[in-house]
Amino acid sequence: MSTDERATVSLPVRNDADLMTVRQRVRTLAQELGFGLVQQTKLVTAASELARNTLIHGGGGSVTVDAVSDAQGRDGLTLTFRDEGSGITDVDRALRDGYSTAGGLGMGLSGSKRLVHEFSVDTALGEGTTVSVTLWRGHASHGPR
Amino acid sequence: MTDVPPVGTATSVVARLLREKKEHIAQLWADQPLFQAVFTVTRDEAVEAGRAVLEALAQVAESGRVDDIAAPGFAMIRQQLAAMSTSRTRSGLSIGQIDREVGALGAAPAEFLEDASGDTDERVRARLLWSELLATLRVVVIETALQENREIVERQRQQLLEMATPVVKLWDRLVAVPLIGMLDSARSQVVMENLLEAIVEHNATMAILDITGVPTVDSLVAQHLMKTVAAARLMGADCVISGIRPAIAQTMVQLGLDLGPVTTRATLADALELALERQSEQAKGIAPRH
Repeated sequence: MSTDERATVSLPVRNDADLMTVRQRVRTLAQELGFGLVQQTKLVTAASELARNTLIHGGGGSVTVDAVSDAQGRDGLTLTFRDEGSGITDVDRALRDGYSTAGGLGMGLSGSKRLVHEFSVDTALGEGTTVSVTLWRGHASHGPR
Repeated sequence: MTDVPPVGTATSVVARLLREKKEHIAQLWADQPLFQAVFTVTRDEAVEAGRAVLEALAQVAESGRVDDIAAPGFAMIRQQLAAMSTSRTRSGLSIGQIDREVGALGAAPAEFLEDASGDTDERVRARLLWSELLATLRVVVIETALQENREIVERQRQQLLEMATPVVKLWDRLVAVPLIGMLDSARSQVVMENLLEAIVEHNATMAILDITGVPTVDSLVAQHLMKTVAAARLMGADCVISGIRPAIAQTMVQLGLDLGPVTTRATLADALELALERQSEQAKGIAPRH
């Protein structure tokens, strides 16, 4: 639909310092696109959770940030996290609140899904995982209630 | 045509030329941006710096270690080179641009070598030696600049760990930690240690963790906060978390983060009020029994 070629930003996720860079860049890009403070915070928090998953479970990888727009002309940001780790054995289970294999709270993946509008997981055992999320500007996200 | 080894001849030619023409070259260098921009107070300073570099290069040439960045001659000017590269970096130059400026210093001595007496072979050898010496100088400058950057980063890392996590005594038996920046695992460990020590030192019964300055609260940060609260409780101090901004509160709810039994307040002022109320209640509760 939209033909404008907006910049795609690709960032490495190799260590804790990269996580900080990812959060900062996502916040800046969301600000530039005119996201409100609540939406910025949601997207940055989701980015922080998913990038940490890429690092801890995927053994590192990368994240790309794309400015997108849909048929209704809404602007949004799509974040795509890629790793070449061992993959997720049971995606349904991984998406359950409180399930963690790393001693965390188990809210990262399931919580991130509630923070954004669109969420998809593509995983293959032994080949890696790609998690893609999109948040549209100025649109209440479908959280609980 | 001669018994002296060619390299030895070339080194002495270069060393002699650098010393003989020191004044002349230093004057030329003083007008180049690398020197001009760094020594802004007087031109003499820049000339003096140029002389020092030339003397150092002459010594390196004499020592025969023109390709060795650890040659003793370079040690004399390292500090000065560091000051020069730092100053150029501050003016917005990249390391590559600084390197090009250092490379540009080679022109003046090369011309003098061209005009020097002696046969063609000797001149060519001297020119080659000078090129090699200049290349080594460029590496020394880059290495010095990188070392300087490494030290700055390490210093700042330490400062962040140490200084961004102070524990302040707000009232009798009441301490507060104003948290600023992202709480990663290393930082939260420092915060916990500092807080627990302060609780013992001030005999605190209450501690306020203020997260106004924490930009993002994700599940890991929440987990760190709860661990800190649990540890403080074991030491006999109740914790209040304050400074949860509206955007962060909404995000935490959707993410599914629940701080559980931890008391929270919107602002540090609210948390202080709560703490003082509790203290006075405790005082009243105890008083009638005596």
